[in-house]
Amino acid sequence: MSYELLRDFADSWGLAMMVVLFLAFGGWAFRPGSRQISNDAAHMIFKDDDNG
Amino acid sequence: MEEVILRGGAWYLAAFIAFLAAAFGVDTGFSVHMSIMCVAALIAAFASNAGFDYRLGHFVQPKGAASRYDDDLVRLGVIATLFWGMAGFLAGLYIALQLAFPALNLGLEYTTFGRLRPLHTSAVIFAFGGNALIATSFYVVQRTCRARLAFPALARFVFWGYQLFIVLAATGYLMGITEGREYAEPEWYVDLWLTVVWVAYLAVFVGTIVKRSEPHIYVANWFYLSFIITVAMLHLVNNLTVPVSFLGSKSYSAFAGVQDALTQWWYGHNAVGFFLTAGFLAMMYYFVPKQAERPVYSYRLSIIHFWSLIFLYIWAGPHHLHYTALPDWAQTLGMVFSVMLWMPSWGGMINGLMTLNGAWDKIRIDPIIRMMVMALAFYGMSTFEGPMMSIKAVNSLSHYTDWTIGHVHSGALGWNGMITFASLYYLVPRLWGRPRLYSLRMVNWHFWLSTIGIVLYASSMWVAGIMQGLMWREYGADGYLVYSFAETVAAMHPMYLIRATGGLLYLSGAIIMVYNVWQTIAGNIRTERSMTETPYDPEADRPLVAVPAE
Repeated sequence: MSYELLRDFADSWGLAMMVVLFLAFGGWAFRPGSRQISNDAAHMIFKDDDNG
Repeated sequence: MEEVILRGGAWYLAAFIAFLAAAFGVDTGFSVHMSIMCVAALIAAFASNAGFDYRLGHFVQPKGAASRYDDDLVRLGVIATLFWGMAGFLAGLYIALQLAFPALNLGLEYTTFGRLRPLHTSAVIFAFGGNALIATSFYVVQRTCRARLAFPALARFVFWGYQLFIVLAATGYLMGITEGREYAEPEWYVDLWLTVVWVAYLAVFVGTIVKRSEPHIYVANWFYLSFIITVAMLHLVNNLTVPVSFLGSKSYSAFAGVQDALTQWWYGHNAVGFFLTAGFLAMMYYFVPKQAERPVYSYRLSIIHFWSLIFLYIWAGPHHLHYTALPDWAQTLGMVFSVMLWMPSWGGMINGLMTLNGAWDKIRIDPIIRMMVMALAFYGMSTFEGPMMSIKAVNSLSHYTDWTIGHVHSGALGWNGMITFASLYYLVPRLWGRPRLYSLRMVNWHFWLSTIGIVLYASSMWVAGIMQGLMWREYGADGYLVYSFAETVAAMHPMYLIRATGGLLYLSGAIIMVYNVWQTIAGNIRTERSMTETPYDPEADRPLVAVPAE
């Protein structure tokens, strides 16, 4: 694999793939019904205080 | 019985191999290091055998086995963090004084600035910071997964193996053994040792997550995991070297020229991004909500924060190589991604600060919260300053000057130091089963000493750096440079003194912390006035009068 080939891939398909993945991962947190899940997750650390 | 012979035997064999390597080592430094490894393997062999109960015929459980979580290592980690922190801060103060008073180099090769400087950086980043990360990650992953640490014996190997790495690195710097790669100075055999330890760390951490009894993996663990995995990747690629001899300490990098430089700064900047940022953010996302007794402001924002850091940080390294032989497009790439990083960083800072929304009074009454807020404020300030300095035009002034050093320390002392101190203050009473810390007022003293120390440090380095940068580029009417290098050094002398004073204050705060933690562990409680007094005010004590809407 040559340097040019790698670079062409990096600033075309590679970049597009990174953007799509980023939007998918970020968007996943905002899927319908996730508000309650996030809320539960945020409160999860307070469930048993006996063990710190 | 077979197991005790196997385990002990393996350590004795390792000790014997290290002994042979020491005996046939081609340079003194290598022989000294192999002797240290030999002693460490012997200690491990004795410890392994001592853990075997001959009457019962099996290994005795570690002491904390009856409690819900395995906290022995967290306790050891807290002490190790403080111990290495003191060593690192003291080394930092000493080299700051060396810059102001060169006579302090003492005319000995072992105490020159060049050897003590990596000792300082590694001691504070990897020994102080690394121990804090290992200890808190073991604490947090157990609580948030509601599971005991996986592979307890391996976890003990991780802790002690990491201490051995620190000792090898530190003694190596003093003897002049270095790869010369910033923040990755240890030579090839120490790198290999760290790789073994780090893979074991990953196994313990992931193993604990796998056996969790909580369905969701809390966001702090995401940050810890990204820190462990990314550091493994960075460490492996940056340390691809070829040893001159398998019985000698010297090795050469697999890369050359600008490729080597870019590899180093791809590593160097991501060490900042994933060691000093992602790992410490994990601490922030657990300890700030716990101390504030409120859930994180926005859990979804913390996830956006996470993925943005992951996707952006890894590209920011080239900003360390502006105006060098690195291709222009790569420099611009590094600059653009650094500027983009500003957004998630501030998102994270706002998320941490807003966790206190509705409980802002805690800043007044709780010095630990005060420290956390100051840590987040410095996280915000240094992650604003960093992107700004990565802009080429700014970098042409700031690069190679002390402004960079000031920037690093506002992040390291302000963000990493303060969040670590706050987390340790949270942990100590809980780990040793004490009702509270020995003294809250001493925490407050620590807070103010550190804060004033950082302010002195950062502001003197701004002045020193910008002055230095401007003097370097000053042309006279005849087209010659106006100042020689030595003249800029002389002009910075007062700033060096202010910097050393800041370092002294920071160290003093840490000494107070050590005393406070020591007394807390000893089970003492200081009789002292509470942090705030709110005297009764009859004037203010009247019912609110409802005001009708306009």
